Amino acid sequence: MLQGSRNKSAESERERLYHRRSALRLRSLMVHAIRDFFVRRGYLEVETPVLIPAPAPELHIDAVPVGRCYLHTSPELCMKRLLAAGYERIFQICKCFRHGERGHLHLPECTILEWYRAGAGYRDLMSQCEAMIRSVAGDLGFSQMLEYQGSAIDLTGPWERITVSEAFERYALLTVQESTANGSFDELMVEAVEPHLGSPKPTFLYDYPVTMAALARLKPEDARFAERFELYMGGIELANAFSELTDPEEQRTRFQQDKARRMELGKETYPLPEKFLATLDLMPEAAGIALGIDRLAMIFSDRATIDDVVTFTPEDL
Amino acid sequence: MYSASDLRKGLKIEIDGEPYVIVDFQFSKPGKGQALYRCKLKNMISGVMFDHTYRSVDTFKPANLEERKMQFLYAQEHEFCFMDMENYEQTFLSEEQVGDASNYLIDNLEVEILFFGERAIGITLPNFVDLSVAQADPWAKGDSVAGDTKPVTLETGYSLRVPPFVNEGEKITVDTRTGEYVTRVKE
Repeated sequence: MLQGSRNKSAESERERLYHRRSALRLRSLMVHAIRDFFVRRGYLEVETPVLIPAPAPELHIDAVPVGRCYLHTSPELCMKRLLAAGYERIFQICKCFRHGERGHLHLPECTILEWYRAGAGYRDLMSQCEAMIRSVAGDLGFSQMLEYQGSAIDLTGPWERITVSEAFERYALLTVQESTANGSFDELMVEAVEPHLGSPKPTFLYDYPVTMAALARLKPEDARFAERFELYMGGIELANAFSELTDPEEQRTRFQQDKARRMELGKETYPLPEKFLATLDLMPEAAGIALGIDRLAMIFSDRATIDDVVTFTPEDL
Repeated sequence: MYSASDLRKGLKIEIDGEPYVIVDFQFSKPGKGQALYRCKLKNMISGVMFDHTYRSVDTFKPANLEERKMQFLYAQEHEFCFMDMENYEQTFLSEEQVGDASNYLIDNLEVEILFFGERAIGITLPNFVDLSVAQADPWAKGDSVAGDTKPVTLETGYSLRVPPFVNEGEKITVDTRTGEYVTRVKE
């Protein structure tokens, strides 16, 4: 009996992994194509530590503690220290860990592509995103017309660019100001706005309200908004980018505010990343972006869930 | 108490004094935003469904549900009577609450009755039940091909299709999850 049930679970694992095989092959080719894209353009691939003493104290991102340290939630802080030290074009593909994030688009352990370019702004990164994804699609043998879960995705340029304010006016019942005031911004974003983004053309949703600036620079011409964008394809949020904030005092204030709000919510608080803050004034103007490798693999392999593009989910272990 | 991160399909929680089961669940988290737990919930008594989005600060009371092993005694005007096999207490479920399970209820059948607090709200049948064939046409040998089936009516009034060799008066095993014939019972 025991033998029988053990064989049965081994059998279902074989089936599950067999079902994922074509997506995993595509994912591997995709990662190679991404590396190729950046290496050809003079980017240095770096590896920064996964185990760090002080993650960025973002309000809604929870780090996994390990001993006295944490698993990084993104490689952002260390990569910016490299920028500050004169590395001008760097990229990294690494695992990131975010406690409690699990859904059809989320894994508590996900793979992120992050890249930074000195001297660039967020609009430069939009163009580079377009070029990179078109190039990868070509390397994978796709035409510029993808189909994702029944929706067309047309990779030919230019991609849609719409501000957060415009998107709320177009798709939601409240404006950005109204929804941030009554606390319904996140719900409206997920339920009313996001389903419309990224089809038929991929969408850059840009200029976020200052309260959601995180580590982004404010717009010089309108300080109510931050130079931040997210990229959507087929309704799925794929990437988050900033014109990076380089003012250490402003960054410290934001970290302290987020830390205070975490404390109010009863969440664990982290030590401030002092070494990062100390090097920030040496950091040149730069733009940086984090893109979900798992989600991009979902799009290219036309899979509805993130489970299908990884070898094992937490539940499989 | 459950926290929002415990929410998942199938979890049963109490809201405003009534038990609900989560029939659909989606975790969402807009970039840099807060985690949202989007649920479709079904009232386990009325069957009414509603959608609600919870946040990580929300907490939930587990629904006080208990299954008790009971025996079906008899049916009377739109009601079905069951007896607790430990303390012989009797309880009733309405026709609506029993639903399609009435197709398989024969006297003395052992079932699980679901209680919310002290209130009986549902029934779980054994996966397989043996039932007598009350009415069946005889099998005319020769005019059938393999894979043929014929309709029969069981002692409970339930009709289904069975292989042609099943005769009136015989017992068959039925899968209560699909309502389909499984095998003929050898007496």
